[in-house]
Parts: sequence; C-alpha cells; structure tokens
Amino acid sequence: MAGSDTVSRASADGGAPDTVKILIAGGFGVGKTTLVGSVSEIRPLRTEEPLTMAGLDVDDLEGVEEKRVTTVAMDFGRITVSGDLVLYLFGTPGQQRFWFMWNDLAHGALGAVVLVDVRRPKSSFAAIDFFERRGIPFVVAVNGFHGEHPYPVEDIREALTLPADVPVLLCDARERESSRDVLIALIDLLIAQAAAAAG
Amino acid sequence: MGGSDPSGRLVRPFTLTGGRTRPSRADFTLITTVTTADPQPETAARPQPEHTRILRLCVRPMAVAELAARLDLPVSVVVIMLCDLLEAGRITVRPPRPVTTPDPDLLQKVREGLGRL
Repeated sequence: MAGSDTVSRASADGGAPDTVKILIAGGFGVGKTTLVGSVSEIRPLRTEEPLTMAGLDVDDLEGVEEKRVTTVAMDFGRITVSGDLVLYLFGTPGQQRFWFMWNDLAHGALGAVVLVDVRRPKSSFAAIDFFERRGIPFVVAVNGFHGEHPYPVEDIREALTLPADVPVLLCDARERESSRDVLIALIDLLIAQAAAAAG
Repeated sequence: MGGSDPSGRLVRPFTLTGGRTRPSRADFTLITTVTTADPQPETAARPQPEHTRILRLCVRPMAVAELAARLDLPVSVVVIMLCDLLEAGRITVRPPRPVTTPDPDLLQKVREGLGRL
C-alpha cells in the first residue's frame, strides 16, 4: 500500500501522521468519486452510516411508505503528501436530503471543491450555497462531459452567480493531473487567504 | 455492506457495542489516527474478536474512516469500540491538525505534496 513506508517521525502516538481533509461536493452523479479515485493513492473506500428517520426533516418523509433502514454512503481517498502528513478527500453525499450530515463532515476541513456537471450546473448550486453560508473556502471545478467543455468559465460563473473571488476551473475528473490541479487551486486560494489574514 | 439484508444491518453492529449507541468520547473524528499500543497492557481483559481485528489493522496508524471501511462497519459503531480500546489502553489516538487558523507552513507542505503527484 502506498504511503505505508513513509511514516518516519517517531512520536508518543506510534509515529502517526498528521491528517487533514478536503471535501469534494456537488450534485448527485457529478463525478465526486471519480475525482477522488483519480488522485487517491488507494482505491476509494466507502463507509456507510445507518440513518434513523428521526434524522430527516419532515419533508423528507414524504412518499416513504414503510419504515426501513436507510444508509448514507461516503466515498473517500487518501494522499500521503509527506512522511508525516496525510490528506483525505471525502466525497459528500450527493442527495440533498442527507445534507444534515455535511456539518459533521465539514467540521475541521481545510476547504472544499464543488464539482459542477457542465450539462446541469445548477445541480451543484445548493453545495455552493452550503459553503458560502458557513464561510468555508471553496473552488468550483467544472467537470466536462467526456472531457468536453462547451461553455467558457465566465458563462458558468454567471449561471451560478459566483462572486469574483471564487476560483472557477475547467477539469476532467477522470484525469489525475486535472484533478490534482483542482486541489492545488484550492490550496493556492487558502494560502492567499492566510497571507491576507496575516496582513 | 454489499448486498446484505438492510434490515439486518442495524442489529448486528450494535450488538458489538454492548447495546450502546452513543460514543462516550467525541474526540474520534473521521480522520483521527488510531495506532495499536505496543506493548499491549498485560492486565487488560481478553479483547473480543472485533476488537482484535481493529488491533491488527492499526499496527500501522490508520484513520477512523479508513478503519470503518476496512471493517465494513459504520463509523459510529467503530468509534464506540475505539472508546473501549482507548479506555483499556490498547490504542493511542492522534487528533487531526486543527485548521481554524490556517497554518501557512501546513498549506505549503500540502501544496508541495500535491505538486509531486
């Protein structure tokens, strides 16, 4: 397994590395797990949480005829960025009714990538709204359909009413380099924000 | 969880946690790293099979989310078992890096690591 031989620092907790995380968000089926898989050093892993209906809003119960166990799946990957620092990428649940889980997920995240499907950009609007409201830094990455990008960045920015300070990139979530560049764009945004905060 | 009967899932995992459904410690996040204590405490009671699986997996440091995925158990269930193991002195834990105030050195390190991909 990649990264297994890179933990070099001896410490009281068995040489465990520092860990940080980035969220990969966006509408259902936009390519979140594809992006995670293209840059992760491990095949994306999945955890599933059982949900009780009590966790859902009343509106979400409409049309639910029987009591059953619902699970929310989260896919995630890992990048060992150095011997003592590991970055985790968490794909957020795409279905809107599971968004109450996002607060937990977002807690302690460096920032987020909002993936946008070039064919239906507005399906990621709610994700953008979530991070804007909470002041969590994010970049928007437009995932092409078969790598095709028919619209310029500015059209997407306008369609999603994004402020000028939110970076918008075109990407192909299937490509490692492209996904990596999206993550780097987010880190560059964070570095710029940290520098601005330091005055 | 594969194709297992969804209605059966809730029963089995929670029998592993002695019927408790809430962790006693909130300090296990998805990316908290767990490492099996070496040596193991001699006085501790014999660990149950699921605990033994955790101890085997965490010989090398492993994040909680990864552990849950490899055990094929919900994170909430794994955390409860980790609380027991921590109380028994069988594991050590490392919380994630706090990111409330962005650390330029940390960000630079991530930037460089991504650049090497």
